[in-house]
Amino acid sequence: MLMAVLRSLLLALCLLGSVAPAWSIAVDTPLDDPVLEARARAIHKQLRCLVCQNQSIEDSNATLARDLRVLVRERITAGDSDDAALSFIVDRYGDWVLLQPPVKSGTMVLWLGPALFLILAIVSIAVWYRRRPSPVVAATTPLSADEQARLKALLGDGDPV
Amino acid sequence: MTAELGHYALVLALSVALVQATIPLLGAWRGDSGWIGLARPAALVQCVLVMTAFGALMYAYLTSDFSVLNVAANSHSAKPLLYKISGVWGNHEGSLLLWLLILVLFGAAVAVFGGNLPAPFRARVLAVQAMIAVGFLTFVLFTSNPFERLLPAPIDGRGLNPLLQDPGLAFHPPFLYLGYVGFSMAFSFAVAALIEGRVDAAWARWVRPWTLAAWCFLTLGIALGSWWAYYELGWGGWWFWDPVENASFMPWLAGTALLHSSIVVEKRDSLKNWTVLLAILTFSLSLLGTFLVRSGVLTSVHAFATDPARGVFILAFLIVVIAGSLTLYAVRAPAMKGGGLFSPVSREGGLVLNNLLLATACATVLLGTLYPLFLDAVTGEKITVGPPFFNMTFGPLMVPLLIAMAVGPMLPWKRGDLLGALQRLKFAIAATVAALLLTLVLAFDGPWLAIPGMALGVWIIAAALEEAAHRLRLFRVPIGESMRRLLRSPRAAWGTTFAHAGAGMVIIGIVASTAWQVEKLQVLRKGESVAVGAYAFKFEGATPVAGPNYAAVRGTFRVSRNGMEVAIMQPESRNYQDPPMDTTEAAIRTGWGGDLYAVIGDPTGDGSWSTRFYNKPMIHWIWMGALFMVFGGLFSLSDRRHRVGAPARRDVLAKAAKTAASMAGK
Repeated sequence: MLMAVLRSLLLALCLLGSVAPAWSIAVDTPLDDPVLEARARAIHKQLRCLVCQNQSIEDSNATLARDLRVLVRERITAGDSDDAALSFIVDRYGDWVLLQPPVKSGTMVLWLGPALFLILAIVSIAVWYRRRPSPVVAATTPLSADEQARLKALLGDGDPV
Repeated sequence: MTAELGHYALVLALSVALVQATIPLLGAWRGDSGWIGLARPAALVQCVLVMTAFGALMYAYLTSDFSVLNVAANSHSAKPLLYKISGVWGNHEGSLLLWLLILVLFGAAVAVFGGNLPAPFRARVLAVQAMIAVGFLTFVLFTSNPFERLLPAPIDGRGLNPLLQDPGLAFHPPFLYLGYVGFSMAFSFAVAALIEGRVDAAWARWVRPWTLAAWCFLTLGIALGSWWAYYELGWGGWWFWDPVENASFMPWLAGTALLHSSIVVEKRDSLKNWTVLLAILTFSLSLLGTFLVRSGVLTSVHAFATDPARGVFILAFLIVVIAGSLTLYAVRAPAMKGGGLFSPVSREGGLVLNNLLLATACATVLLGTLYPLFLDAVTGEKITVGPPFFNMTFGPLMVPLLIAMAVGPMLPWKRGDLLGALQRLKFAIAATVAALLLTLVLAFDGPWLAIPGMALGVWIIAAALEEAAHRLRLFRVPIGESMRRLLRSPRAAWGTTFAHAGAGMVIIGIVASTAWQVEKLQVLRKGESVAVGAYAFKFEGATPVAGPNYAAVRGTFRVSRNGMEVAIMQPESRNYQDPPMDTTEAAIRTGWGGDLYAVIGDPTGDGSWSTRFYNKPMIHWIWMGALFMVFGGLFSLSDRRHRVGAPARRDVLAKAAKTAASMAGK
């Protein structure tokens, strides 16, 4: 988002004095065919806005996001399949535009990480539980004669407690 | 003149902080009560000095003193008063000064209210606080001086980013920082305890209120931030798994874990090492959050700083703090032995499970947030880790946590009976099954994940209520007795009820608004209407309007349901001049069932306008739930047990705690 702001700011500063800033709120025109529009929207949700952080182009009101939405709609109208339209964009901008990083050698650690964390956490807690004395044993082991005597002394001999 | 005064106050604060960071520590080590006694006045003086500096910057903003570079770069004379004030922290230098201000206020709070802490311990806590202050003061003075002059002074300032000119965002940073910096208290207490080599129930009792307060602030800060994103950014998204959001969410996850594990330390004298480690990690994540946002490593809506020199400084500071405290931990922690034993199925066991899942979730968010930076640095490859990754990994980790959080409070300490606990939750189970069937019937075509999702939310709320009913022995004893129990039962327990129910509300809000949102994009001419779910939006035309520092076009829509008019909605698209920027001001109407959301965009040139409409069912439950959580935290904080600085009551309390501890121990 901020980059969007900064860029438009920069642009506006460059143009200051020559052109008045135009109205450019990026709410766009949907396709007439609801089936095609739904397909385009599903693709929009997978692509990141180039100038915002982690917002899909579907969710962003940046001008560049609108341009990309228009591009996707064009590809879909031109008869591209969903995969073809998506790879059309990815070929031009790289894996970076995909909100869901593809599974490949470079992202193995990322995708396996959470599962490894969970296993590590479960194992370490299991080991920790195992290594400490069991509360069941501690609770059921009868007191030795010494301990009985101490308990009696502590509770006050003969007093009902 | 005021700017120089502020600058000078900061320099003085640094020298006081240097003294406070060393002398009391040495004093506590040597047992010199004079040196120990220095901690309190030093903390107070430091607080006054930083307050002076902050006041000086505030004054420069209020008087629009554009000879101060920071003011000229971030303010404008035509800006409304509220945003002149919030402009102080709406930029890198000012926000760091706010961070410092909160840090020294917490320090002063320990000095004033920490009367029941043993003097050497208090001296160590304040010394650690001062060490953090030294780091931040050095950073501000050498890399981010907010008092730098700009000569000759410009006629007017460059203004504040219009997106940030918003009441929600004016208060978002202060609450977030109160949270971040509040965790510095847990950190300082943890480090002081490691220096002393002693962690016990008393320690946990001192730490808990500070952690709880920090957690409440952070929860509120995050909720405000997401609410702002909801109505201001794009069209109604409220959480993007943006690295900057994650930066605040990680300390929240760790802090939530800390809040729960410190209960075990307090009540059962167990999990001590882990709790101390968690206190260190929580604050480290807060620092990391500051680093991520402030260093310019990430570029996002919150990242005001783009100067790498600052990044290097914060990174070095981060390494010193984390490595230093972890080394101390490695040396001291093995000597601390845990006390109370418990079986995995018990209250403690439930809290361990809570910690396991929260810590794993936190590590997952950390991995997803830092991985693109890591990959870029190592291979130069650029990837985006977006919402799909977090939904796939973070989501599944939350499900067992949310199921378990309903059962945990029903389990007794030491050794519990899972079946028995579930039997005691029979009404909650019945409510959950009912919710499951009801959603199945009402939304048979809806996304199937929404059905267990709604049931999960109901399960948490119903279980929280049933647990409270058990506490009151409602309907088992005469109602008068239940009322007496209501007044007598500890507020901390009620805090749990509120906060847990709030979490259930958040879940319901998230599930319902994601699953059953209706969205419509439409090009409308004046007089035309469009159906959005059960609602019809009729376009009554667009008119130009003038705001205090912007011009706008305001669209008017009549909203009706079954022919009955329910609302008039007037979204705007605004054009700000200083700095020049366009923003959308969505019109939002909140009803019982959820929000209607309308956006007006560009004219298409032939007299029609592009528009967006949403019906977002139950979305307001997200923020209501968050408020419940905060309220629960505050209510728990008001528990007399947490009230510090009541020496008269201390003996009684100590005796009661001793009796309780000895009874629990036997």
